[in-house]
Amino acid sequence: MQVTRDFSHYVKEAGPGLQHIDLAVEGVHCAGCMAKIERGLSAMPDVTLARVNLTNKRVALEWKEGTLDPARFIDRLAELGYKAYPFETASAEATEVAESRFLLRCLGVAAFATMNVMMLSIPVWSGNVSDMLPEQRDFFHWLSALIALPAAAYAGQPFFRSAWRALSNKTTNMDVPISIGVCLALGMSVVETIHHAEHAYFDAAIMLLTFLLVGRFLDQNMRRRTRAVAGNLAALKAETAAKFVGPDEISQVPVAAIHPGDIVLLRPGERSAVDGTVIEGRSEIDQSLITGETLYVTADRGTPVYAGSMNVSGTLRVRVSAASEATLLAEITRLLDNALQARSRYMRLADRASRLYAPVVHAAALLTVLGWVFWGASWHDAVVTGVAVLIITCPCALGLAIPTVQTVASGAMFKSGVLLNSGDAIERLAEANHVIFDKTGTLTLPDLEVVNASGIPADAFALAGRLALSSHHPVAAAVATAVGAKSPIVGAVEEAGQGVRASVDGVELRLGRPSFCGAEQLVRDAELDAEASVVAFSRGAERFVISVRQGLRPDAKAVIAALQARRIGVEILSGDREAAVTAAAQALGVPEWRAGVTPADKIARIEELKARGIKVLMVGDGMNDAPSLAAAHVSMSPISAAHLSQATADLVFLGKPLAPVVAAIDYSRKALHLMRQNLWLAIGYNFLAVPIAISGIVTPLIAAAAMSGSSILVMLNALRARSASRRV
Amino acid sequence: MEILVILVPLALALGLAGLVAFLWSLRSGQYDDLDGAAWRAIADDDPPPEPQADLAQAKR
Repeated sequence: MQVTRDFSHYVKEAGPGLQHIDLAVEGVHCAGCMAKIERGLSAMPDVTLARVNLTNKRVALEWKEGTLDPARFIDRLAELGYKAYPFETASAEATEVAESRFLLRCLGVAAFATMNVMMLSIPVWSGNVSDMLPEQRDFFHWLSALIALPAAAYAGQPFFRSAWRALSNKTTNMDVPISIGVCLALGMSVVETIHHAEHAYFDAAIMLLTFLLVGRFLDQNMRRRTRAVAGNLAALKAETAAKFVGPDEISQVPVAAIHPGDIVLLRPGERSAVDGTVIEGRSEIDQSLITGETLYVTADRGTPVYAGSMNVSGTLRVRVSAASEATLLAEITRLLDNALQARSRYMRLADRASRLYAPVVHAAALLTVLGWVFWGASWHDAVVTGVAVLIITCPCALGLAIPTVQTVASGAMFKSGVLLNSGDAIERLAEANHVIFDKTGTLTLPDLEVVNASGIPADAFALAGRLALSSHHPVAAAVATAVGAKSPIVGAVEEAGQGVRASVDGVELRLGRPSFCGAEQLVRDAELDAEASVVAFSRGAERFVISVRQGLRPDAKAVIAALQARRIGVEILSGDREAAVTAAAQALGVPEWRAGVTPADKIARIEELKARGIKVLMVGDGMNDAPSLAAAHVSMSPISAAHLSQATADLVFLGKPLAPVVAAIDYSRKALHLMRQNLWLAIGYNFLAVPIAISGIVTPLIAAAAMSGSSILVMLNALRARSASRRV
Repeated sequence: MEILVILVPLALALGLAGLVAFLWSLRSGQYDDLDGAAWRAIADDDPPPEPQADLAQAKR
């Protein structure tokens, strides 16, 4: 059977006679990799562009149309030692990139205007004390207006738009007072300038915009980075399937190009990307990603196969019943939507507080103006005082208090391997006081590992590893990895569903089912742990039993201990067998566990804890966890999780260790502490400054300086969120 | 004070030149890969030993 790979789905036109593809590449992290990849790919004839982006770990390639098959780039990268997959920019990510560029452009314009207006303001301030001709002062004011007005009109767009959206929905947000404050300050400055007044406040308005834009840009940038990493991981999952394009011809196509009714081939060791029914072949499939159950299921004609199941032994032909989108996932998604809606009520409560702020500020400013007029001040002085109130109460410090801490903390979390998926995850994670772990794929690693390597003679084990290289079976792969085998044994034959055999120097070697190796008796006698799968190895008359299982994450025990030291309750809820869960719980020192739990039971348990006032952090992987992830107060998933649970978990962590769970809790607690501190700082500042502004002592310029001062104080305080204790 | 006639336009022109340069650099994608740019600055132009064979071939 001939297999071709078809990547035309990902190829884009890049100008006359040029084609373009983006590849996500695994393992690029330094200048060396970058140079190696770019040289290696540029050396191919007809390649016109090969450029690595180190920030999002992608390669952009362009070549002359029709000269090269994109699959060759992937082969070339494999020769260079990098795993690469074609990448399709998700529309959500493209929007984030465009948004972030726009913010940077606004920031550039605002910063330019601030510097130039300041250059003109400083002579005016000093000139007011010494001797500046009124004409010169007016000239400088007009120049400031010339710079500040168009700059503010352009750079203020993010705020004006958001304020307009809020107003047209008949609500308010933080951007409404910002927009009104900026517009009023600018408008009043123009009026002042026309009347040859001593003070204009172009500098205050434009500086305010610059400060706010810095905060927005940093926040946006963090989110864009997270999204890029998530996009790569989706691409690296290599969502392709082997589709039959002729009776005996298969083509490796992206899942997006597969439709219901197509027939795909599922080879041993492959994960199914579609839902369907087996029409030919016999095999065992591992559905642990879907059900949490680690025992294999036998599949033959008529057995349904769900996306995410791993084919273990034989080759299967599967008729697709639903392509990647409309699947079992859709069912769970409906469950999820309900759970998510229930939670947003809590968020609405938090929003209401910030929405109250705007009307209070506007009322205060208006009352100030009316009050001063009532007590006999001129309209001009009253309006100046009113604007000072607006500027000084500008929710800058208040608006920065939470987002800056959030940005700094999420940056620190990103460095320790945690990605944030939802805006208020930090606040909720900090409150968590009980952690529920799923077992399969969360406390354990999704890859299999050999547990009894020390019980087997080294030379026999090495041979077993080399023999294992000739099989696609995941258990064989685990044996080969454990040995570190590189050279397969020549002439090894794989017998489907049984094992591999070969002969070396006249001695017969077999690796596979115990019956295949004549080791049934040995397996029956051996004391094996409940969770392990067993594979036998025979060399001549010698028999060995190799036991393979999903290993616990290397630092799982330390992490559980660290959580208990922080007085956080720990418990395991798993859909797996009693024996397997008990073994894991005892190995980790977890006092409370439940085995054989269905998704509905998990939610019931979470609700029960909730009713007792306990804030639950659910750490889970597997699609059956998705509804409970959404039901918990806050949730976290390892990145190896099925798509769905990643999309719903509030936080996602990377890599093999479990330590990011503790790090995330530490960072979020510190962050919440600093958020509260910042809020008090901002509120305290307002309590002090607002009465002074209302009393009319403060000019808008001093108000702007005070506002900036408080913002800087809040920002500096936020930087402390980077350092949290890192002990596990 | 006539000097202002020269100095003010000069200052504004310089500022604008800076802004235009920034916008150009943004448009040409110089902020797309900040991590990579940091490494490229210190990367050697001479290729490391292994790919030198390629280079020799290319020269020929």
